Amino acid sequence: MHASILPLSTSNPPYSTLRPHSSSRLCGLQREAFGFCSPPQFRSRNLRAVPAKTHSRRLSVFSTSNTAAGNRSSAPASFDYDLVIIGAGVGGHGAALHAVEKGLKTAIIEGDVMGGTCVNRGCVPSKALLAVSGRMRELQDEHHLKALGLQVAAAGYDRQAVADHANNLASRIRGNLTNSLKALGVDILTGFGTIVGPQKVKYGKIGSSDNVVTAKDIIIATGSVPFVPRGIEVDGKTVITSDHALKLEFVPDWIAIVGSGYIGLEFSDVYTALGSEVTFIEAMDQLMPGFDPEIGKLAQRVLINPRKIDYHTGVFATKITPAKDGKPVTIELIDAKTKEPKDTLEVDAALIATGRAPFTKGLGLENINVETQRGFVPVDERMRVIDADGNLIPHLYCIGDANGKLMLAHTASAQGISVVEQLTGNDHVLNHLSIPAACFTHPEISMVGLTEPQAREKAENQGFEISIAKTSFKANTKALAENEGEGLAKLIYRPDTGEILGVHIFGMHAADLIHEASNAIALGTRVQDIKFAVHAHPTLSEVLDELYKSAKLNSHNTKPASEPVAV
Amino acid sequence: MASLSFSSSVSSSTPFLRPSAFLLSSRSARLPLVRAKIREIFMPALSSTMTEGKIVSWVKSEGDVLSKGEPVVVVESDKADMDVETFYDGILAAIVVNEGETAPVGAAIGLLAETEAEIAEARAKAAAQSPAAPPPVVEEPAPVAPKAEAPAPVAAATPGKLVATPFAKKLAKQHKVDISKLVGTGPFGRVTPEDVEKAAGIAPAPKANVSPAAAPVSPAAASPPKTAASYPEIPGAKVVPFTTMQAAVSRNMIESLAVPTFRVGYPIATDALDALYKKVKAKGVTMTALLAKAAAMALVQHPEVNATCKDGKSFTYNSSVNIAVAVAMDDGLITPVLQDADKLDLYLLSKKWKELVEKARAKQLQPQEYNSGTFTLSNLGMFGVDRFDAILPPGQGAIMAVGASKPTVVADKEGFFTVKNQMLVNVTADHRIIYGADLAAFLQTFAKIVQNPESLTM
Repeated sequence: MHASILPLSTSNPPYSTLRPHSSSRLCGLQREAFGFCSPPQFRSRNLRAVPAKTHSRRLSVFSTSNTAAGNRSSAPASFDYDLVIIGAGVGGHGAALHAVEKGLKTAIIEGDVMGGTCVNRGCVPSKALLAVSGRMRELQDEHHLKALGLQVAAAGYDRQAVADHANNLASRIRGNLTNSLKALGVDILTGFGTIVGPQKVKYGKIGSSDNVVTAKDIIIATGSVPFVPRGIEVDGKTVITSDHALKLEFVPDWIAIVGSGYIGLEFSDVYTALGSEVTFIEAMDQLMPGFDPEIGKLAQRVLINPRKIDYHTGVFATKITPAKDGKPVTIELIDAKTKEPKDTLEVDAALIATGRAPFTKGLGLENINVETQRGFVPVDERMRVIDADGNLIPHLYCIGDANGKLMLAHTASAQGISVVEQLTGNDHVLNHLSIPAACFTHPEISMVGLTEPQAREKAENQGFEISIAKTSFKANTKALAENEGEGLAKLIYRPDTGEILGVHIFGMHAADLIHEASNAIALGTRVQDIKFAVHAHPTLSEVLDELYKSAKLNSHNTKPASEPVAV
Repeated sequence: MASLSFSSSVSSSTPFLRPSAFLLSSRSARLPLVRAKIREIFMPALSSTMTEGKIVSWVKSEGDVLSKGEPVVVVESDKADMDVETFYDGILAAIVVNEGETAPVGAAIGLLAETEAEIAEARAKAAAQSPAAPPPVVEEPAPVAPKAEAPAPVAAATPGKLVATPFAKKLAKQHKVDISKLVGTGPFGRVTPEDVEKAAGIAPAPKANVSPAAAPVSPAAASPPKTAASYPEIPGAKVVPFTTMQAAVSRNMIESLAVPTFRVGYPIATDALDALYKKVKAKGVTMTALLAKAAAMALVQHPEVNATCKDGKSFTYNSSVNIAVAVAMDDGLITPVLQDADKLDLYLLSKKWKELVEKARAKQLQPQEYNSGTFTLSNLGMFGVDRFDAILPPGQGAIMAVGASKPTVVADKEGFFTVKNQMLVNVTADHRIIYGADLAAFLQTFAKIVQNPESLTM
C-alpha cells in the first residue's frame, strides 16, 4: 500500500504474497453504473463526446488507406489523439472516462479483451464464485441456521451452473465497459500496442499490418499476468493459475494453494465451500503475511483453522508436476531458509497464487530507453515514466499493475485519473495510503493505510506516538442479529493530532465498511471530527462509529492534523 | 420402514456416559500431587454463562518467566477473547491444554513452577497425569503429516509414505487417532476423513454435505430439480413444516428411489423361538435382541447381504455387522444401531439395546449410534400386522420387515395338518449387489437359526 514496501514485496521470495498481489477487487462496477444509469452529469459527458466521435471516423478512413503514417511523423505538431492508452483494463478504462470528461480526444488500444484481468480473469468472476461460496457456507452451517431457527435440507450445487454464473457476470461487465467507452466516443483500437518513439504508438494484430498513431500523451496500462515461479509446470488442468481456476472446470477433492495472499485466501474460501480440502503452501513463516498481524491471526482462527485446511509455512514449492499417468500432482517442498528438501506432497490439484507479474513485454520500451525492473515500468509519484538514466520521459505515463506500486484494480483507475488531471492542468498526486484493499472471504477482510508494525516503525522514525483502538463485532446489534459476531475493527491513529494512520477490519461486510475510513484518510479527516458523524442504527457501520469514539486523544490537542500526505 | 421396537419397557439404570472428550475429569486426583510451589493455572470464568473456554493462544511458552499480572494465555469464551493474567510470579513449566483445545471452567490449563528446579518436577507431573486425564495428552498425531519420502532407509519403522488429507489430519487430532497406523482407502492410498472416522468409531458425518459430481469435468447434476406439483388446496388444511428429523426421513425416502429394489418373503415357524424367549425374558433379553442376533448370525454367512453399493460400480463389503433397528418416535423415526451384533452375546445385546432406546428417546444418540447400520430390522408384529413391505434405507443392502407371529395351519410333507406359530418375514434388497438366490439363501439360513434358536444363546 505504501509505496516503499512495494518493491520489497516483489523482491521477496517468489511465493510471498504480499498486498499488491490482488486479483480481487470490486472494480469497474462503479464505472459500469455510470455507463448505464445515465445520471445528469453523464448525459453532459455524452454531449461533449460528440466531436470526438467525428474525429474517430476521420481517423478510421486514414488508417485503412494506410497513408497517414508518413504524414504524421513529419508533422509532429498535430496529433491524432490527445491521449492514447495502451491497455483496456480497469486502469485504462478509468483513465479514458476521465479524459473524455476533461475534453481530451482519446483512444484505447486493447490487445486481448476489453476489461483486462479484473473483469475477465480476476475480481469480477471471483466475486461470482465467492457469492456462491458464501451462500453454500450459510446453508451448510447447521449450527448457525439452527440458532436463527431455520431448517434447511442438505445444500448441493451444480458445478457447471456456478461456472456459468461467473462467466456470464464477466461478459456482462465486459459488455458494459465496452458500451460505456463507445458511448463516450473513445476509439477502441484492436491489437497489441508498441511504443515506436516519442508520442508514437503502433498497434495491430500479430501477422497483420501495423497502424501507427500519434498522441500528445501516452499512458501505459498493460496490467499483469499470474506469476508462476520456476520449476512449476502449469498444465491448466491439475496445476492451474487463477485464470483457470475462475473457470471452475473441476472441483478437486484436495487442492494445494501456493501462496496465502488475497488470491489464495479467496480461492480457499471457494474450494472449501464446494467440498474440497485445501493445503496452503506459504514461503513466509506465517499465513497471510501481508495483513496486519492481529487481523491475520484472527482471520486464521476463523478462515483457516475450523475449515478443512492445513498448511506448510516457511517453505518453497520448487517443483510441481501435474497429474499424469495415473499419478497425482506432486509438489516438492524445500525449507525457505535452509533450502533443505522438506517434504513431498501428493494432491489432486495445485493452484499457483504466488502473485502477479507485470505484462510489459513487447511494449517497445527499449525504443525510448526505458529499462523495466523485474518487468515493472519505473515511474515517479506522478506516474511519469523514468528512463534508464533516471530522467523523466515527457508525455509518457504508466499506471496500474504495470508499474507495481499497488497492484489493485481501483489503484490503476485512480492513478489514471490522477494522470489525466495532470494532463489537463491540475497537478495531482495520488495518496496511495488512502487506497483501501479488501479480501472477499466469508467474513471479509479490509484495510486502508498502515499496518500496526508499519505505523510503529514510522512513529519511531519520525518521533511521534501512536495509539490503537479496537471494537468487536460481538458488540454490534446488526452483527448479532445476523448471528455474525465474529469480527474486529482496529484503528491506528496519532493521539496528539488525531490523524488516522490505518484501519483494519475483519468481519461481515468489511469490504464495504472500509470506505468511511479510506475517505477520512483521503480527505484528512481527523478522529476528533469524524467521531461526531452520525451513523444509522442499527447498522454494521456502527462498528466504525464505536471505533472512532473509543479513540483517546491527548487532552491538549491543539496541533492541527497534518495534511494528507501523498505517497 | 416405520416401526416400533419391542423394548418400550426400558428402564435401564445404566448411567449415561458423557462423551468425555473435553472433560478434565481427574483434577481432584491431581490436586494433592501438586505441592504449594507448583501452581495450576485454571481456566477462568470470563462471564456468568461461561462453562468452558477455548485456548486461543498461549502468549507465553513453556519455560518463560512470568511475573504477576502479566498476560499468559488468551482464552475465548462464549462472549469474548480475554487475556488471562497470572496471579503469581514463576515459570510456565508445562502447558496442559494446547492452543485450540477446550477446557471446562476451573480446569488446570497449565502449570506454574516457582523456581527452575521445579520445572522438571512439574513437567513430570503434567506428564504423569496425562494418561489419566484424557484431554491433556500431548501426543499430537498432527506432525506425522505427509512425511517426506525417506530417501535412505532412515528408520525401519517407516513402512512407506503416509498421505493424509487436511481434514483427515484434523479429525485424527480431534479424536486422538494415530493416523500413522491407518491404512488409507482414498485415491493413491491416502488417508481420508472417512478412514479416520472409521478408526475413531464414528460414522461419516450425517449431513450429506455437498454432492459435487465425482468425476472431474463432467457436468454435475447434484441438485435434483424439485418442481413440486401443485395440488388442489382444501380449505381449512393446516401446514406443519417438517422437523429436522422428519426432513431427514423425507430426504432419505426420496434418495431411496434411486435404488432398484426387490422383495423376497419367507414364512418362519416361531414355536422354538417363542419358547426360548419365554426362558430368557426374565434375564432381560428382548425379542428385538433375539431377532437382531439371528439376523446378524445369518449375515455373517451371507456377506453380500451385509454389503453396500456405494457408487453403482462396486460392492463394499462391510467388516462389521451392525444391525439398525427402526424405532418410532413421537415426531418421526430413528434407527439406533446395534454394532457388531454378531459378536455380542444376547445379554449384552439386550442391555445395549435398552441403552440405545433410552438415548434415542432423550435425543442423545451420537451420529455413529444411528447411522452406522449395515442392515436394518423393522418389526410391526406387535400391532398384529402379518406382513409388510419396507423401504430400503440408502447406504444399505437390505432391510428385513418382520410381521406378527400367529397360529397358522400348516401341512407337512405327509399331508398332515398341524397348527404352528408362524411369522412372515419380507426382505427388501438392492438388486445391484444382492440377487434373488442370494436373498433366498440368506432367508433360509435365517429361518434355520430362528427355528433352531439354541445357537442364539451361545
